[in-house]
Amino acid sequence: MGALLSIKNLKTHFYSAGKTIRALDGVSFDIEEGGSFGLVGETGCGKSVTALSILRLIPFPPGKIVGGEIHFRGRNLLDLPEEAVRSIRGKEISMIFQEPMTSLNPVFRIGDQMTEVIMLHQGLGKSQAFEKAIEMLELVHMPEARKVMKQFPHQLSGGMRQRAMIAMELSCHPFLLIADEPTTALDVTIQAQILRLIKEMKREFHSSILLITHDLGVIAEICDRVAVMYAGSIVEQAGVEEIFEDPKHPYTKGLWGAIPRIDEEREILAVIPGTVPDLSHPPTGCKFNPRCSHRFDPCDRIPPPLSQVSPGHFVACFLYGEENGCK
Amino acid sequence: MLLPVLIGVSLVSFSLLHMVPGDPAVLLAGEDAYEEHIQAIRKEYGLDKPLYIQYFLFLSHVIQGDFGISIRNREPVIKLLKERFLFTIQLSFLSILIAGFIGLIAGVISSTKQYSLFDNLSMVGALFGISMPIFWLGLLLMLFFSVQLRWFPAGGKGTILHLILPAIALGAASSAVIARMTRASMLEVIRQDYIRTARANGLREFIVIYKHALKNAMIPVITVFGLEFGYMLGGAVLTETVFSLPGVGRLMVEGIFQRDYPVVQGSMLLVATTFVLVNLLTDIAYAFFDPRIRYE
Amino acid sequence: MNEAKEPKTSQTAEVWRRLKRNRAAVVGGLIVLLFVSIAILAPLITPYPPNEGDLAKRLKPPSREYLLGTDPLGRDLLSRVIYGARISLQIQVVAVFIALVIGTLLGLIGGYYGGKFDHLIMRLMDILLAFPGIFLAISIIAVLGPGLTNLMLAAGIYSIPQFARIVRGSVISLKEKEFIEAARAVGESDFNILFRYILPNSMPPIIIQTTLRMATVLLTASGLSFLGLGVQPPTAEWGAMLSNARAYLITAPHVATVPGLAIMLVVMGFNLFGDGLRDSLDPRLRD
Repeated sequence: MGALLSIKNLKTHFYSAGKTIRALDGVSFDIEEGGSFGLVGETGCGKSVTALSILRLIPFPPGKIVGGEIHFRGRNLLDLPEEAVRSIRGKEISMIFQEPMTSLNPVFRIGDQMTEVIMLHQGLGKSQAFEKAIEMLELVHMPEARKVMKQFPHQLSGGMRQRAMIAMELSCHPFLLIADEPTTALDVTIQAQILRLIKEMKREFHSSILLITHDLGVIAEICDRVAVMYAGSIVEQAGVEEIFEDPKHPYTKGLWGAIPRIDEEREILAVIPGTVPDLSHPPTGCKFNPRCSHRFDPCDRIPPPLSQVSPGHFVACFLYGEENGCK
Repeated sequence: MLLPVLIGVSLVSFSLLHMVPGDPAVLLAGEDAYEEHIQAIRKEYGLDKPLYIQYFLFLSHVIQGDFGISIRNREPVIKLLKERFLFTIQLSFLSILIAGFIGLIAGVISSTKQYSLFDNLSMVGALFGISMPIFWLGLLLMLFFSVQLRWFPAGGKGTILHLILPAIALGAASSAVIARMTRASMLEVIRQDYIRTARANGLREFIVIYKHALKNAMIPVITVFGLEFGYMLGGAVLTETVFSLPGVGRLMVEGIFQRDYPVVQGSMLLVATTFVLVNLLTDIAYAFFDPRIRYE
Repeated sequence: MNEAKEPKTSQTAEVWRRLKRNRAAVVGGLIVLLFVSIAILAPLITPYPPNEGDLAKRLKPPSREYLLGTDPLGRDLLSRVIYGARISLQIQVVAVFIALVIGTLLGLIGGYYGGKFDHLIMRLMDILLAFPGIFLAISIIAVLGPGLTNLMLAAGIYSIPQFARIVRGSVISLKEKEFIEAARAVGESDFNILFRYILPNSMPPIIIQTTLRMATVLLTASGLSFLGLGVQPPTAEWGAMLSNARAYLITAPHVATVPGLAIMLVVMGFNLFGDGLRDSLDPRLRD
């Protein structure tokens, strides 16, 4: 394919207290070069696990990637030896995390943390790496970049820390930037700034982005394609406008419906009845079926395949697909 | 905050003489002393004056380095204390070095290989370490290494060889505590997000553990080091007794048996004050090494 | 005030269940049980009187006649070790009891009333803690003089600060809870609040500390007796026995092995059991 990142049927399991938790149960999607892909879903649906699986950062006890392929620039990441993956981390694929306070090492200065990564991946000397780091900080509009280099994470504000994080992760010009809930822990005003920054950086470095979030507003702001995850599987995938204007899967519709809208009058916020399934004993068939009001015969027996309902729009639901005459 | 404790310590040491049953002057002079001698002692130590004046006299003497005269051998207590205390410090220092080295390594490796054979053995070893009486361990070490194997001398002072077995006996429990603490601290740190970031940036696992994790994990362990060193100062008496070493612990115990009150007072005061200072230094070190405290 | 009491009985069952599953705790508990049994049954199970020795049979190695051999004064080691358990248990119980009662009272008062009381109590504890470890016990003996009773006192006093601290910490965290406020609002007396609500809820750390302190006291008491500052001859106490064994280390090493082994095993038992209790009472703390 021409895609930068192509994930096929990724399965990641966690083992705990004798139970097998199927955190990822056959996840597939592609990210094009220069694309912004959004992965959205409730807490626990497997979005972060997907991100960590791409970089093979799933801690071995208790988790393990048990199947699938992750094709990146012509290689299957799951086949590579550990040193090869390590050279990709931070250099070709970078990741920024949700909590900038805890994601930066509290006992090392910002400058030291950044130069370490730059020196590792770009083979620069200490002073060159230092200047490069300052360049990056200025690029992310960090005030007083030179001073920040000598400071410790706790001396910076939340927004500044996230900027530093972004600067560090982009310093090696990665092809793909994975952002796991980058704004969730930040103030609303700072959120907007950081999102703008991410967009700007994407333009600047021509990177692709995988954005993981439960916040639909963020998705709308940044992404061009969106996938909705539920209980370890992708239930719907489409371009951003189409998925908002014409959602097909009952879960997606439920999610959108649960958002209060400024242009509608409603008395009760629609809520999806029921709760997320236990991933060690998921329901048979479609995992959403116990909560679905459109449930019918094959739903509780056979897991629905992801089928295309219109160009670029995929849904995993028996309401659509070949039986209903769709392509 | 520090001062009241030090004052308290000095008060306790001072009152030793007065809490023991009997006339302090007689206690100091010796039971078979002549009446004139007893009177002379009474004058010299101001024992006929009110207690609080005696206390101030005591303090003023102590600050000038005068801890009185040993009843036993008529030497200034300060002279005895200096030699013996220095020795105990040497012994404790060697001991914490050995204990810290073993404890740190065991703790770090255990944490990286949780639940492995090494981990389980270490933790069992640590259990033995804190459960074994120092004096028994000392005796066993002496039995095996001095008597049977003849690798080390069995007692007395001289070269560093004389100090190794005692240092090991003294440090066993501390090394167990340090190992446990290091392991727990490392396990806590390895779970943190910034370790995940370090790995996500492609750093080698060795660097992640021994640079990024360890530097964080060590901060609380510093406190333990300080505390354990302090306990060694106090607990060295057992080791000193087993190996017949000239330390301050043994000096104090001998003083108790010989009713040499100035010696006992002096030892109490010196050791306790040192311990308080060690704790203070440890707190300062902690604040120094944790950037979160040091900078704002 | 059912909220304070009701969950406790099902909690106790849960704790017991977790405890039984914890292998270390079970082993520790069995050792402790064995120790206590030996201590209590000592007069019935000793083959020979512990303090009477046959000088003709001194320093004999283990044999059918004397299962563990004899000590420098011809006394049966097995009997002395058994009686040593009895003495040790006695010392431990008295010392820990003293520390428990006084320390808990101090912790309750200091933690609950705060202010000057708290400051004073904490300063006193700090002064006690300024004497490192066994040195504190030795200092107390320096004042009181050697002997069994003084040993128990010294070990007791030396253990007070830990209890005081733990209880105080528990009280401080409980003080802010709503059910205490509610009790105050309905006019319950301070005494009632302290003893009917706060104390029972502080039991878990107190129980753990008690168990672990039994171990520390044994080590300290045997250490003091080893130095000659504790139990006086001819009493059969493990530390004192080791002290006697020193001179005969080369000629009769068996005299030094068993008493030390006994101390170690009993201390281990209490430590294991205490750790197991800690894990069962607060599983959050496990890895």
